Order: sequence, then structure tokens, then C-alpha cells
Amino acid sequence: MCSEFAFALRGVGAEVGNGFALRDVSFELPTGYVMGLIGANGAGKTTTIRCLLGMRGFDTGEIDLLGHRVPGPIALRQDIGVVLDHTYLVGDWRLAEVERTLRPFYDRWDGDRYRQLLAEFGLDMRAKVKDLSRGMAMKLMIAVALSHRARLLVFDEPTSGLDPVARNELVGIIGDFLLDEGHSVLFSTHITSDLDRIGDYLTLIHGGRVVRTGPKDEILDAYRVVRGGPEDLSGLIGVELIGLRRTAAGAEALVRTEEATLLGGDVLVEAPTLEEIAIHIGSPPMKAAATQYGRSGATT
Amino acid sequence: MRVVLSNSSGVPLYQQIKEQIGAAILSGELAENSALPSVRALARDLRISIITTNRAYTELAAEGFIATVPGKGAYVLPLDSALVREQLLRQVEDGMQTALDAARRAGLDREELIQILDGLMRAEHEHA
Repeated sequence: MCSEFAFALRGVGAEVGNGFALRDVSFELPTGYVMGLIGANGAGKTTTIRCLLGMRGFDTGEIDLLGHRVPGPIALRQDIGVVLDHTYLVGDWRLAEVERTLRPFYDRWDGDRYRQLLAEFGLDMRAKVKDLSRGMAMKLMIAVALSHRARLLVFDEPTSGLDPVARNELVGIIGDFLLDEGHSVLFSTHITSDLDRIGDYLTLIHGGRVVRTGPKDEILDAYRVVRGGPEDLSGLIGVELIGLRRTAAGAEALVRTEEATLLGGDVLVEAPTLEEIAIHIGSPPMKAAATQYGRSGATT
Repeated sequence: MRVVLSNSSGVPLYQQIKEQIGAAILSGELAENSALPSVRALARDLRISIITTNRAYTELAAEGFIATVPGKGAYVLPLDSALVREQLLRQVEDGMQTALDAARRAGLDREELIQILDGLMRAEHEHA
């Protein structure tokens, strides 16, 4: 069975506590592609993923996942491989025991594939889970997901704590997984440089709201970064300066591309990198910084 | 097949792929019926997004260089003489446009331009 979208969230709202909530979160990923969910710590990435996977409830809106309305049938979990930023496996298990324990939960478990993937990833069947490095533990969780023939891989902060070699390996593994047109990948990250090259779609999230979602190139085209002297970028009408940073030496902000034409000729207008977009969207407006301070500690 | 992407050239990645494969086909380096990797395999190998790779293949197919087979891959189409001619015509037009722009700045009129063209053609003829 192959649905048009790997998943779709529509108007999802969820109270989290400490004044933090997801509000009207809507985005979707066509089957067969990679989406990066990008936001600063506390933006709502993990809460969104937990709602998507049915790991927590939500108050408003609806979510479709691999053709089922969430929460779908239990069998839906067979189709999803989840790689969290910490391993959920018991530390004392050897990798052979990991297989014996997980196998009964999955109809399509493929033991040959598990052994083959461990060999490919350089993992020893006799090693214990707790002795694995971060990169190795992630590869183990990917091996588990691929062994039960998941069609959607969901990574929460996969690159945090990984060295560049392991990050590069991860990109290769995702590429192999996507050779099948029925496979899709969602990953969340606050680091944008590693996986942005392979991302087909992006969703930018800030303060529990989706700031922008769509094909990566459209998002990059939608913004310009502007830089000027200390006196520039003030008293502008019709231009929203996103994440304005003003110092004695100059001012820098992100603007929407269609508003960039309203700026004077003295400022430098350039195409932004994804990292610049993430930084400006993630930083509070300068004037409002003091009022926002009190609730910046919300956890997600 | 050889595709080398630059991260700093300012040329979009899909454009780089398209130009390099297109040039290899026009030069005969990629012969008729040669198999190209599938969109997904090339995206994996170049470590870029599927959408980017797909755009390069779609444009190459639209211009008649390749045909794509869903789920399999793509192969090089016979080099259409009309296609080659069109590429050359485009080069001629580009060159003439450059000449026209310079002529306007120099204040040359149509007659003078044609004289120059005739002169150039005559000189080439004499050399041949």
C-alpha cells in the first residue's frame, strides 16, 4: 500500500505546560522524500514528532501517517523506524539478544538482513548495547528499523553528538534507504549544515508554530539576508526585519524576498544559507527580548 | 559517467548536473543507449536531494537528451540532428546578440553591420 503522503499534520495543537504549546502545526511529506524539521532547542520539534508517532496526544487537528489516521492500528508501528537521540534498548543486552527480544514484535523481521546490516555497519553481534559509541548506537537502531522493513524512518536530532565521519555515513545510509520510492525520511535537527544537502523538503518551526514549510529551494528563495551600517535598517515601512541584530558596527536581519526591494540601495542583500535562516527565525526580536525572557525555559 | 559538483560556483546543483551530462552526450562521451543511474541512485552517490537530481533529469528529458524509465533509470537518446542544430543555432544567436549590443554602442547601422559580416565571411572563405 502506498499513499501519496508519508504523513500529513493539519492544524495540530497540543498543550505541553510551562506556557509552551504547539499551535496550528500543519505540514506534510510526499512519499519517497526526505524532510528536515528545523528549529532551535525548545522550538517544539520533539513534541511534534511525538504527536506524529502517536507517542503523545494532541488537543486539536488531525494527523495522517502512512495512510492511517493517528492513532492508527498497532500494526502501523511495523512500518515505522524511530531513531531517537538516546537508545531505548537495555544496556546489558548483546546485539544478538536485541534481535531475539525485538523479533517477536515484528511480522516481517528479517534476521539475515539484521546480521548483514550489523556486518556492514561494523557492529559485533557479541557487543553490549551500553558499550556502543553514539554513532554505533544510532547505526544499531537503524539496523533494527531496516530489519523490520520500515517504510518511514524518523530521526530525532540524529547528528547531535556524532563526529563528521559518522554523520557522513548516516547520509549514505539514508541515501541507500531512499533508493526505494516507497521509503520516506523525517529528521529533526538544530544543526543545519550536515543534512541540508540531502533534504528535499524543510519545515521551519519556532515557538511551537510552523514558520515555513515546503521544498527546500522554495524556502531558500523566500528569504534574503540584509546587512547594513548601524543606522541602516531602521524606520522601514512594509518590511519585517526577522531576527534583527544591531551592533555598533552594523545591522543584520532576514527579510522576505518580496520585501527586499523596499530596502534602500545602501544595504547588502544576499541569498541566505539555511543556517542563516534558522538563526534569524530562532532569535527573539530585540525589543521583545526582555518580555520573552521569562518563558524561555519551556521544555518540549 | 562523470559528474563533479562545485559548492562555490554559484551555479545551482541541478544546473551543474544538467550541463555536465548534456555536454558528455553532445561530445559523444556518453553514447546512444548508454544507461544512466536512476535519479535516486545518483542523488545518493552525489549526496544531494532527490528533488534536485530529478529536476536535472526532467530538464534533460524535456530537451531530448535522455529518456527516463520510471523505477529503473534513464538512458541516452540517439543524438537528434535537429537537437544539435538547435544548440548551434542558439550559439549563433547568442554571438549575434553580443555583436548587436556592441554595434549599438559603437553607433553602427544595419548596412555597416552587414558589411562587417560579409567581410568576415569573405576572409574565412579566402583562408579555407
